[in-house]
Amino acid sequence: MTIPTLTSKDAHFDYVLRLGDDALILAQRLGEWCGHAPALETDLSLANIALDLIGQATMFLGYAGELEGKGNDADKLAFHRDVNQFRNCLLVEQPNGDFGRTIARQYIFSTWQYLLYQQLARSTDPRLAEIAAKALKETTYHAELAAEWVVRLGDGTAESHERVKDGFEWCWRFVDELFSVQPLDPSIVTSGVAVDTATLRAAFDSALATTFAEATLPLPKFPRPVLGGRKGHHSEHLGHLLSDMQFLPRAYPDAVW
Amino acid sequence: MYTTEMSKNPARPAAPSEAPELVAAFEARVANDEFIEPKDWMPEAYRKTLVRQISQHAHSEVVGMLPEGNWISRAPSLRRKAVLLAKVQDEGGHGLYLYSAAETLGTSRDQMIEALHTGKAKYSTIFNYPTLTWADIGAIGWLVDGAAIMNQVPLQRTSYGPYARAMVRVCKEESFHQRQGFEITMKLAAGTPEQKAMAQDALNRWWWPSIMMFGPPDDNSPNTAQSVRWRIKRETNDELRQKFVDVTVPQAEAIGLTVPDPDLKWNEERGHYDYGAIDWDEFWAVVKGEGPVAKERVKARIDAWEKGAWVREAALAHAAKQASRRQKEAANG
Amino acid sequence: MANEPNTQTANEWPLWEVFIRAKHGLSHRHAGSVHAPDGEIALRHARDTYTRRMEGVSIWVIRSSDVVASDPGSAGPTFEPAESKVYRHPTFYVVPDYIKHI
Repeated sequence: MTIPTLTSKDAHFDYVLRLGDDALILAQRLGEWCGHAPALETDLSLANIALDLIGQATMFLGYAGELEGKGNDADKLAFHRDVNQFRNCLLVEQPNGDFGRTIARQYIFSTWQYLLYQQLARSTDPRLAEIAAKALKETTYHAELAAEWVVRLGDGTAESHERVKDGFEWCWRFVDELFSVQPLDPSIVTSGVAVDTATLRAAFDSALATTFAEATLPLPKFPRPVLGGRKGHHSEHLGHLLSDMQFLPRAYPDAVW
Repeated sequence: MYTTEMSKNPARPAAPSEAPELVAAFEARVANDEFIEPKDWMPEAYRKTLVRQISQHAHSEVVGMLPEGNWISRAPSLRRKAVLLAKVQDEGGHGLYLYSAAETLGTSRDQMIEALHTGKAKYSTIFNYPTLTWADIGAIGWLVDGAAIMNQVPLQRTSYGPYARAMVRVCKEESFHQRQGFEITMKLAAGTPEQKAMAQDALNRWWWPSIMMFGPPDDNSPNTAQSVRWRIKRETNDELRQKFVDVTVPQAEAIGLTVPDPDLKWNEERGHYDYGAIDWDEFWAVVKGEGPVAKERVKARIDAWEKGAWVREAALAHAAKQASRRQKEAANG
Repeated sequence: MANEPNTQTANEWPLWEVFIRAKHGLSHRHAGSVHAPDGEIALRHARDTYTRRMEGVSIWVIRSSDVVASDPGSAGPTFEPAESKVYRHPTFYVVPDYIKHI
């Protein structure tokens, strides 16, 4: 019996899957707001972010399918994998909660994704560099919008201050995962394909400090991190999200839509 | 999406206090195909009819986000998901344009939303029907948006400027909505037997509500004559309904689906399809709020509004703080 | 859609008028309105509402209550005096056909 060893091809596939799954799962969550946001204008803003993320997911997952080489396209990967095959971070699968938590999650994610795409746009993998360069513009906008809302909620009313603070409290345990879990094979970082996310932490902390000062929010003491998303060990929430999202292609496996 | 006049009480023609020469000048401008703008003099009945019609139209767009929104999380491919989300988002945008147009007539968006939540204002009856399968998303785009386009295209030349301009934007954006719905239905009709059955079932359920959307027959539609004179309405309910039936039946046939009306047949003499009797009792019941999911729709809107209150307040509070900070800086500077 | 005053409900986000430059070289044109708590968010809302189909390269927003508009009741005195000044238009002047480039 031979034990399969990891090749950097697998690690490459796994890495692109992470990027695609992050975008897909967060888009799915944001889509839940459609028709239910605090104001019509806010509804449109959240949908725009979701649409950008669906676009990013489609590009990353399409490329992941090519790297995998088993004939799977983006839809096959999105709709026919089980929960333990998803590689998104735990943060994006967290339920929306109230608008405060949604904004907290968006702020953390988009700020991180902005720093990530800045680096990824210089990847030695031209496909990744190209997708990241396009997506960077979208993500810049998401991060700015989220920061503006963090400030308004933090420095708004006593109630909004508490609510957005609670929103962040919910999310803090998932922050370390964004920076500490490295790709499966260090060689795809050293070869310049993937980004060493640990190097993004200082810039993230400094952005957070600026926004939180303006928002009159106390800086967090980060709790013990919860990890696992990058190897398929998710929260209980993801399975429910997938059972909803994947229902049709699973119920009608022969159908084309 | 669109709405039709659903009030059974005709608007009074002219308040007695209105100067006849102003009324006459107004009527002449409208008859001359001129546009009326927000600060122009207008009869009270015109203002009221417009506020009711435009806000009803806006409410229909916003409530209309819910039945289709019900399938965003379950759209069967990434492409379908993006298209559906973009379409439902467009409807929110259309509601926004229309609320803005109504606001120029001296009512606030909050007042209109309040009227929707208390049941004082109506919205299109069609959205009080549930979306049970993915095929319903196809049927809504194809039939409901198809009906909407018929009504909205002539409204681009309606007499009230802000309403006409909102409709120009709506029509431009909505041109893809019907096509995406038809594409979904066509794909299902050509798909597996289960998919085809799903498409036929959706057509069966949505056909009659769709043709009811054009509103009561002309002889029972009290405001039609005045609204047509004022160019708030360009064609009558029955004219639009006939047009819709005439273009939609061949589309159904072309993809192998059957319109669920045993009395439907081509009338060579009239050059139109004859269609069966419409159940107007059902229509008026749905107008009154007795549609199958009317309670869910209104509750969803009220919940969103109430759960968003603290966000809206917070943003205002922050703006006030910022303004007073700027004032202090200016005073100290 | 320059709004009539006093239509805003007390705790409603104020209304902003949105102007969009469709292409470089063109002037900004009125596109519509949005509600927003402040100018920064008004710009976001304008972008998310009115430029979803590549309609613009630049946006202005202005509080609707800050728009100063002419009164339609005085449209006569405001605009009709211009009607009698046809000499401001090139067609007023007779130049023979054989004179070119003028």
